[in-house]
Amino acid sequence: MIEKIKEILANQLDVEIEEITAESDIQKDLKADSLDVMDIVAEIEDEFDIEIDDEEIEKFVTPQDIVDYIEKVK
Amino acid sequence: MKADICKILDIKYPIIQGGMAWIADADLAAAVSNAGGLGVLAAGNAPKEWLVDQIRKTKAQTDNIFAVNIMLLSPFVDDVIDAVIEEGVKVVITGAGNPGLYFKKLNEHGIKIIPVVPTVAQATRMVRNDGVIALIAEGAEAGGHIGVTNTMSLVPQVVDAVNIPVIAAGGIADGRGMAAAFCLGASGVQIGTRFLVANECNVSMPYKEKVLKAKDTSTTITGNSTGHPVRVIKNKFAKKLKQLESEGASTEELESFGAGSLKLAAVDGDMDNGSIMAGQIAGLVNKEESCSDIITDLMSHYKQVIQTSF
Repeated sequence: MIEKIKEILANQLDVEIEEITAESDIQKDLKADSLDVMDIVAEIEDEFDIEIDDEEIEKFVTPQDIVDYIEKVK
Repeated sequence: MKADICKILDIKYPIIQGGMAWIADADLAAAVSNAGGLGVLAAGNAPKEWLVDQIRKTKAQTDNIFAVNIMLLSPFVDDVIDAVIEEGVKVVITGAGNPGLYFKKLNEHGIKIIPVVPTVAQATRMVRNDGVIALIAEGAEAGGHIGVTNTMSLVPQVVDAVNIPVIAAGGIADGRGMAAAFCLGASGVQIGTRFLVANECNVSMPYKEKVLKAKDTSTTITGNSTGHPVRVIKNKFAKKLKQLESEGASTEELESFGAGSLKLAAVDGDMDNGSIMAGQIAGLVNKEESCSDIITDLMSHYKQVIQTSF
């Protein structure tokens, strides 16, 4: 699952997948802005067939945070 | 989905006035609502007391419906939401961010929400909430805080993505723009720059003059590197800001440099050190008129365009 998340991030943010680790800071290291975050969330929701609340989005700092959340709700 | 936005909002014409911070106060909002459009009070970065005062002043000048525009980057958003609830405002327009965190509270008080969305992803997210009665798809031609996609491209894509009415914004200042918006699938328009030069708008005279004299090439985008791009009329301040950006200034440095700059322009009339937010359509805005005349002109021009263009 972490690989899929990295793929989504790599596509949206135009970074090489090799540059993304489980602990990369999505906003600080990968330079995602607020529009990027919404697009990324939309893709993750489609890919994993879930809905992510706004309160949860606030908590996503790293790819691992996203993985942990998806595993919790699925 | 096309819908009669006039019926949904209880207004006479499908025209919403843009929520311009430091510019859209009670006088402007009331004048637009009295003229049959949806007047909008811009909360901007203002504290609760200012907004409460402005809401009451608006109500004193119009019995018609008006909205409050909530700027989600404000440090006072929670207070603004409280003010809107306490003062019985019926419609809020949200901008510069994702309003999702506030839906529950607004829903509890039956307040209708019209989020401004800069992308399809945000649009589809917003419509999950029942309190959202329409969306404003705002293209990057608009003044102030903008997204990345222009109106011509954004509006039809948002229209296709959602089942609620979409209002087009960004680059519209006359009947042609209105007609174009409706052709793209919109059910109404939001207009900022044209109302900025209204007689009832209290923005500083130098600011109005800048808009009236502007050409098609007069604006630029500052703050790209901060993730919060803003469209402004070119001036010394914008040039300095862009220079700092190209030199790699941090977001904090840029935001600190820019703090208070809109007020400097809008209230104090400082055209060198202030931030003169305006849309690309400023080049088309050449006349100071009353809100009533602006709306009459928009509607008659729109009807003429519809009849003669095809």
